[in-house]
Formats: sequence, structure tokens, C-alpha cells
Amino acid sequence: MSLEIHDISKSFEDNHVLSNINFSVKDGEFVSLLGPSGSGKSTLFSIIGGMSQPSGGSIYLDREKINGKRGSISYMPQSSSLFPWRTILDNVVLGQEIAGKVDKEKALEMIERAGLKGYENSYPRQLSGGMKQRVSFIRSLLSPQSLILLDEPFSALDEFTRTKMQKWLLSIWEEHKRSILFITHNIEEAIFLSDRIIILSNKPATVKKEFIIPFDRPRDVNLLLSEEFLTWKKKIYEEM
Amino acid sequence: MSTMAKKGWRPVLAIILFFILWEVGTRIFDMPSWLLPGPIQIFQEAWTSWSIYTEHLPSTIQLIVLGFLIGSGVGVFVAICLHLMPLLKDLFYPFIIISQNIPVIVLAPLLVIWFGFGMLPKLIVISLVCFFPITIALLDGFRQTDADLKHYIQMAGATKGQTFRKLEWPNALPSLFSGLKISATYSVMGAVISEWLGASKGIGVYMTLASSSYRTDRVFVAIIVIVALSLLFFLLITLIEKRVIKWKPEEGINPYES
Ligand SMILES: Nc1ncnc2c1ncn2[C@@H]1O[C@H](COP(=O)(O)OP(=O)(O)OP(=O)(O)O)[C@@H](O)[C@H]1O
Ligand SMILES: [Mg+2]
Repeated sequence: MSLEIHDISKSFEDNHVLSNINFSVKDGEFVSLLGPSGSGKSTLFSIIGGMSQPSGGSIYLDREKINGKRGSISYMPQSSSLFPWRTILDNVVLGQEIAGKVDKEKALEMIERAGLKGYENSYPRQLSGGMKQRVSFIRSLLSPQSLILLDEPFSALDEFTRTKMQKWLLSIWEEHKRSILFITHNIEEAIFLSDRIIILSNKPATVKKEFIIPFDRPRDVNLLLSEEFLTWKKKIYEEM
Repeated sequence: MSTMAKKGWRPVLAIILFFILWEVGTRIFDMPSWLLPGPIQIFQEAWTSWSIYTEHLPSTIQLIVLGFLIGSGVGVFVAICLHLMPLLKDLFYPFIIISQNIPVIVLAPLLVIWFGFGMLPKLIVISLVCFFPITIALLDGFRQTDADLKHYIQMAGATKGQTFRKLEWPNALPSLFSGLKISATYSVMGAVISEWLGASKGIGVYMTLASSSYRTDRVFVAIIVIVALSLLFFLLITLIEKRVIKWKPEEGINPYES
């Protein structure tokens, strides 16, 4: 898997949102996009996902141009976006269903790994916010595409649940090693999770800076309290 | 459900009270029974002439069920077509809204002229009154599809057909059932009115016979039967709805409902 964002620009009428964005995501890499609110991060995701055409530039997935092509990436939206009439199990396999091949065994296994055993046949309304986000993440993991886009998946959660979810996300990801492109506002979250952080400027957004985060994996929460972590936090903070 | 059982005695009490007042009133004022019979007389008539009006029931029920099925079938079909073909919707939606304001019943005499007194004009009338509420409700349900869910499923690469089957259709089911419930009552009304225009059997016929011979007690019996049919039909749809729409919470039970 490789994703190449090449000179992407986007304007809505006279609202210039993205300006010559360039970066890439390599196989098995965890990359975060860090940028102020309204800088166009979600817009960039819509373009990568084929929901809208860029005003200029191209996107290559495995060297194939995917401008305006839907279904080539897996996606986890900001709101959990679970289908209320589907049980948890049926929700989790939705991505597979759309692609045409359903693996219920695997789905049940992942539900159990997410600590949701016993909820397979519940409906989303019976779950808490954190549980819903886990279901939504499993859904994107089970989708067959090799790149996952996550749009601020934890921003609606409280601090406590959020840290737990980050840990959980890392443990699952370290096992599966899918490529992830992750949007966040939160510097700590970006440092804790990522191999690489891409910082976007204010609107019109360009890539301002790229940081490679050198911490070993598997990472655990003690890292959040280390001296080094704080230094990184400062470094990135100054850049924003 | 349980709250209904607990509070159900209140309306029942109100009805009993109403009947008592009615009975006492007709006796005090010495009402002639062709003008306003008391409830006791009505229930006696309902009991003794059971075999007479039950003979009329099958043909009415047949009309209701057939008309309802045809009407809702057409209603669903039209809604789906208009939804999947926006051009058609732009062309016809205003007419559907306007025609909703024409009481379809006024077309009934015309239908009799064209199609005679058989089943056909009656089924057309019932289908027509059933069709509008369903089409409107369903189109509304399709339109109210959650934008986030739509964004998700399209990002996931769903085709137009998949988006419809997996998102828009299930999303519109609750609306469809509200439409079906309205249509269920409309279809009973439509059946009775179409029978007034001319038929050999049916509750509507029983009713016209009763009223032209000043058997007011029988008119009331017919009203009771019609109301019972409507309620029964409504209840049946509600039961089916409960079976189909399992994801909706029962009121007041779920703490996570947002
Ligand atoms: N469909 C659209 N039509 C017109 N303008 C749009 C559209 N989508 C986004 N925009 C504009 O693009 C800009 C960036 O929006 P976007 O949602 O991408 O920001 P964001 O970086 O995701 O913000 P946040 O972090 O708050 O989610 C905003 O000014 C918004 O008004
Ligand atoms: Mg956003």
C-alpha cells in the first residue's frame, strides 16, 4: 500500500481551502494530520475518498490515480455513524458487505477483542459513546481496503475514555499493521499514536512541517509522562 | 405497553359514563327510536341481527384488504420510482401534493359511470385513497436520510442500489408504517363509501338499507362495525410494525437513548 497526495488544491467558489498539499503514507505507517479547526482536513478526506473532485492535483493509491473514485479507502467518520437498524455484528460487516465478501467469524473475533462480547446482537442505541466508536473502528478495520482514514474519532469522548481508546487503538493496530491516516486537533494524541505527524497551516491549508516521531513500539501510557514526550509536545506546539 | 394497561381504565370509564348518560337522556326526553335509539337498544340489535350483518362483512373485508394491498403496493412503487429518478420527481411531485387535496371520493361517481358497479371501480377508489399517504410518507422517509450515514456509505464505495437497499429503504421504514396506518383507516372508509354508490353486499349496503328504512339502531350497529374494523386493521399494522422495526426503543426503558 502507498498513498501519494500530489499537489492537491481545493476551492469552494471563492473560498480557497486547500493549497498544493503534498505528502505520502507508506505501507503499515500511522500518519497524523494535525491542523486548526476549519483548515480543511475533512475536505481533504472527502477528496481522498472520492466524494469530491480536487480543484487541482492528483491522488495515487498504489500508483493508480483515484481522483473521484469511491470505495478505495476505508473510513471512520467523526460521528460513529452506525446504522441504527443493524445489530452490532451487522454494522461491523457493512464495509465487507458493500465490497461483496462477508466474514462473520472474523467479525465476531474482532468484537470480542474490542471487549464487546455479548453485544453482537444489540442495537447501537444500547451502547455508550466509547463503545460505539470501538464498533465504528472495527467496521473500518474489517473493511477490505488497505488504507484507513480516521477523522477525529475520539474528539467527542471525555479525557478518560479517550486515553483508554487510544491505548486500545494502538494495541489493535500494532497487531494488524494497516496503514492509517489520522486527523486530530490534539497534539498529545498525535504524538502518542503516530509514526509521522503532518502539520497543516491555517486556511488555505498547506503542509507546514513534517515530524517523524521516534518512540519505540509497542508504546504505553507511561510515555505520556516522560521528559522526551514533553519536549516533542513543545516542539510541535511552537510550530502551530 | 404497561402504562397503557395502567391508564387504560380511564377512557373505558369515560365511554361507560357516556353510554349511561346517553341511555338516561333518551329515556328522559322520550326520544323516538328512529331519531336516536339508546345504546341498550343498539347493542340488542347488534346481538340479534348478528347473522344479517355478518353476511355483509366478507365482501367488505375483501374490498378493504384488496384495495389496501393494491393501493399500498402502487404507493410504494411510485415512491421508489420518484426517489430513484429525480427527474420524474421534479415532474410529478407537485401534482401528487395537489391531488392530495382533492377528495378522491368525489371521483367515485365518475368511476361508476366508467366501470359500472362491480369490484373494479371500488378497488380503484380504495387504492387511490391508500396510495397518497404512503407515497408521501415514504418519500419523506427517503429524504430524511441521515447525511453522516450517507457520507459514510458512499465513502465505502456503495453503489446507488446499495445505498438505497442498505440505507434509504430501512431508514424510511418507520415513515412507511405511519403511512400504512393512515391508509389502513382510509381503506375502510373508502370501502364503505364505494359500497354506498351501489353494491349488492357489504356493510355500506347494510347501512344504506338501514337508513332508508329508518332503522337508526342498525345504522349505529353499522357504525360500530366500521369503527371496529378500522381499529382492528390499525392494530394489525401496529403489530407488524413492532415485528419489523425492532431497533426502536420501547418508550422509557433505555437509558442510552439520545
Ligand atoms: N461542501 C462544501 N461547500 C462549501 N464549503 C465547504 C464545503 N465543505 C467544507 N467547506 C469549507 O471548507 C473549509 C474547511 O472545512 P473542513 O470541514 O474541511 O475543516 P476541518 O479542518 O475538517 O475542520 P474541523 O477540524 O473543525 O473538523 C470550511 O471553511 C468550510 O466552510
Ligand atoms: Mg473536520
